[in-house]
Amino acid sequence: MGLLSLIVFLPLIGAILLMLLPKEQEKTHKWLALGFSVATFAASLALIPKFTAENFHFQLVESIPWIKSLGISYSLGLDGISFWLILLTTFLSVISFWFSFYIEKRVKLYFICLLILETAMLGVFVSLDMILFYTFFEASLVPMWLLISIWGGERRTYAGLKFFIYTFAGSIFMLVGMIVLANLYAKATGGPISFNIVDIQREVANGKLWAQAMQMQPWIFWSFAVAFLVKCPAFPFHTWLPDAHVEAPTAGSVILAGVLLKMGTYGFLRFCLPLFPDTIGKQVPIIMTLAVIGIIYGAIVASVQPDWKKLVAYSSVSHMGFVLLGIFSLTHTGLMGGAMQQLNHGISTGALFLLIGLVYERRHTRMFKNFGGLKAQMPIYSAIFLIVMLSSVGLPGTNGFIGEFMALMGAFESAYAGAFGLSMWFVVVAGFGVVLAAVYLLYMFQQVFYGKNDNPENQRLKDIKPWEMAMCGLLVVFIFWGGLYPNTFLKPMEASLGAARMMAINPTGTRPVWSDDAHQIDEQMNLVSDGKIIAPANLHYPLKEEITAKEAKLKEVEEWRRVVAGSTTASGDNWNLIAEGNK
Amino acid sequence: MQYKPALPQIEFSMIAPVVLVAMTGIIALCIEMNRPKKNNNMIVWLSLLGLAVAGISLVGQFDTSLHFEGESMAGMVTRDRFSLIMQLLLVGSAFLSILFSEGYLREKRIPFGEFYPMLLWSTVGAMVMVTSRNLLMIFLGLEVLSIALYVLAGMSRKESKSEESALKYFLLGAFASGFLLYGIAFIYGATGSLHLDQISIAWIGGDHQVRTLLVFGLGLLLIGLSFKSSFVPFHMWTPDVYQGAPTNVTAFMVAGSKIAAVAALYRVADASGAMQDYWLPAMYWIAILTMTVGNLTALVQKDVKRVLGYSSIAHAGYILVAILAHVKSPDKVGSDTISYYLLSYSLMTIGAFAVVTLSARAGKEGTKFDDVRGLWHRAPLAAGALIVFMCSLIGIPGTAGFIGKLLIFKDALTADLLPLAIVLAFNSIISVYYYLGIGRAMFVADEEGESVQNLNMNHGLRSACVICMVGIFGAFVLFSPIMQFLSGH
Repeated sequence: MGLLSLIVFLPLIGAILLMLLPKEQEKTHKWLALGFSVATFAASLALIPKFTAENFHFQLVESIPWIKSLGISYSLGLDGISFWLILLTTFLSVISFWFSFYIEKRVKLYFICLLILETAMLGVFVSLDMILFYTFFEASLVPMWLLISIWGGERRTYAGLKFFIYTFAGSIFMLVGMIVLANLYAKATGGPISFNIVDIQREVANGKLWAQAMQMQPWIFWSFAVAFLVKCPAFPFHTWLPDAHVEAPTAGSVILAGVLLKMGTYGFLRFCLPLFPDTIGKQVPIIMTLAVIGIIYGAIVASVQPDWKKLVAYSSVSHMGFVLLGIFSLTHTGLMGGAMQQLNHGISTGALFLLIGLVYERRHTRMFKNFGGLKAQMPIYSAIFLIVMLSSVGLPGTNGFIGEFMALMGAFESAYAGAFGLSMWFVVVAGFGVVLAAVYLLYMFQQVFYGKNDNPENQRLKDIKPWEMAMCGLLVVFIFWGGLYPNTFLKPMEASLGAARMMAINPTGTRPVWSDDAHQIDEQMNLVSDGKIIAPANLHYPLKEEITAKEAKLKEVEEWRRVVAGSTTASGDNWNLIAEGNK
Repeated sequence: MQYKPALPQIEFSMIAPVVLVAMTGIIALCIEMNRPKKNNNMIVWLSLLGLAVAGISLVGQFDTSLHFEGESMAGMVTRDRFSLIMQLLLVGSAFLSILFSEGYLREKRIPFGEFYPMLLWSTVGAMVMVTSRNLLMIFLGLEVLSIALYVLAGMSRKESKSEESALKYFLLGAFASGFLLYGIAFIYGATGSLHLDQISIAWIGGDHQVRTLLVFGLGLLLIGLSFKSSFVPFHMWTPDVYQGAPTNVTAFMVAGSKIAAVAALYRVADASGAMQDYWLPAMYWIAILTMTVGNLTALVQKDVKRVLGYSSIAHAGYILVAILAHVKSPDKVGSDTISYYLLSYSLMTIGAFAVVTLSARAGKEGTKFDDVRGLWHRAPLAAGALIVFMCSLIGIPGTAGFIGKLLIFKDALTADLLPLAIVLAFNSIISVYYYLGIGRAMFVADEEGESVQNLNMNHGLRSACVICMVGIFGAFVLFSPIMQFLSGH
């Protein structure tokens, strides 16, 4: 058993152990569960020395055939995209387990659910087999449903059901899409069927897989994309999120915001970019539109919420819009920003839910009208809250700034070049999202912390305890770390994101291939094989004047195209853009 | 041609399991007549033992020796991998149903010893049905199965619902049998034989008149079997019968009777693949209707047993998709999907009904959602198991139900039945609502319903739940070896 399997299944082992203990021993359950989550975190820290950032291939791969007749294998692997998400998951899990000690109702079941949920989340980020991915993706529904509908707030039944049905409805068609993809793979190779994305991507990269079914590509793309859009969640599939967030217990909200939403954006990076190169360019405007609507709509709705938690929930819709915006700009900066923003959102919004939970546990209300003037009452708490809130706004110096800025920058590059038919308005409108974020978050801060503290209930509030400070302090460390030295986070992702991007936009023959060990991404983000540059880096889309000079350069491009073998098949236009970008 | 009287070749091992189960039933009845008045324990043990021995004798026949596949008794009995697996499933279903029955029957105040022999004989009928390719034998098996079930459905004599159930089942069942027999007569007229193999021969070689007869015959045959498999629009009896019959009988009906009917349908469909142009379009729409109507109607039900009844209709539709896929491309799609799906289906439905039996107390039974609320207070294991069964019925990965659905999706796509796959996907979404509703009532809700107080879980019920749960997870994890076993390579 490899390290990745250990990390993924350690929580599950804990869950089974907990099931065997009698339910009366609540303390044992709590400590044992926390112990397992800490052990998982420790195991995931062991990934850091083992992981090499320069390599975009999957590392620490474990592969055992599972269902041979269907070509389903148990294969796990880690690359730059999943690396930080694994650490984020194990880290936030420790925090949520720690925080959950206050739970008194059905303690045993609660921690079993949390542990199973952790296994499911970790599994999603390291699965290399589509069915295995789907297994973990869906397995997270049941524990989350139980978390919401047993330990949730007043409308928990409704929220839990809505969460379950939305996400299930989104992903069942992904399953159909996966089977079609695997069937196409079998047809392309003439061999056995396989659900392994490393295999499938190889056939996609050399163009064989889609050559036989080009007209199906958009359909399969959308079967995947809808599943991930629901999970993200993007407008108009977002309505489950505010309900689920508001009704979930605090730990559930932290996990939901911190990790579960990332499954959606991770899915885009892992499946939608590498596997649908011929159609993704056409779908970009649609997804970008949804992202921009999500940013603005989420922000506007957030600013009128009377409920603390609901405000943060809607802010999630807005922030995840930035992630989508960055990823689907399909520029290097944008992808890096989107991936960075994923982590930031996990940290900042997770921390916000945690902080709200701390007060909710003391006051059992989340309405703004019941609060005010907490700053004098709880100075340390409000200081921490201020930092976290500002990181969510995207203040320079905090991690939120890096992510949002890079995502917007990427979108700008793409739109300025006129790539994919994007216009500047996408970026301009999305940019207002940052302003609106300041509006609603500062408004929230003002409502809760400033003004007069005239509610007698609030006057009895004490500041948070040392262990709670420690818990929040841990998150604050990462907020500044990400803001002041983002390279720690960006560097390990760079090669993998660069490869994912090239898989999406390069023409046949010049796409990086996961299964080809000779392929490497070098320092300048060129795709090299055995020291030769196969596809040059074009970190942004060519600027306008370069496009107008297109005709003049056409001859040179033509010549260069001949040098690179087998590059004449698909997406010639795309090729021109890349060629010129390099000049 | 000179007529040569010859004794038919008899391979006794082929009928050994059927005979074993039938004998067990007879012995159980004898014990029942002389039993010490107090309890049925001895009958239960004997029945379980008999079924276990029958199961072992079935497993023993999975042998790659020369006589593994073939027919005996002048083509009346067929042994192939499919028939053996179906028999195993039937024996398993009967085993599980008996396992949790005793406690329920006592709580319900209907502790009649006849239950066990009747259940065993209906198993015999089902086993005969799946082990023959002869239409007459299929009909005989169906009748044996059904008549025993008519009696069982009305066993709770004090309840008018139970009597209604029995009567309804009997009338509509007899009606369906009539269709079936009429169809068999037509086919006999066309082919001069009762053997299924003759259908395609007669179709290919036959002239217009023969073909007309065949189409009529097959149509009636399919209608009869559709009644038994409760496909829409022949499903009207299903929810009422399932609701009214004692819960343990319902469990066996849902699993055993459906396995038999579906297996027979599979054989008929497989044999008449040559004339699929005539019947496949109709069955195609029946599949769509069955899935959709089953699920949509289940949404508005307020009784757990009724919900599960409608869900069983929907699942029959899913299986029909697999059968149609097999007929459409018999080379690429085998019977293993159907076998696997029936395996997972019987585990999850029997398990679910086993949990529902907990709502019986002191002669009364409340299976409304309100009655079963908060079951987890009293029976955490049963309620936890129920969540597993519901997940499996929905098709959440990690359970056998997911793999079953995955296989059907794959078959449908392999056989170019994409619309059916999409309808199936939509239906999976619809089904989430009511399965979660059951799960919510029993496992999530805080307050307790009336019927779940003062209950005690006996060992039989506990082991049935555990077996079903382990089976559902086991069939997921050990999918590869199971599939090898089911498909034979």
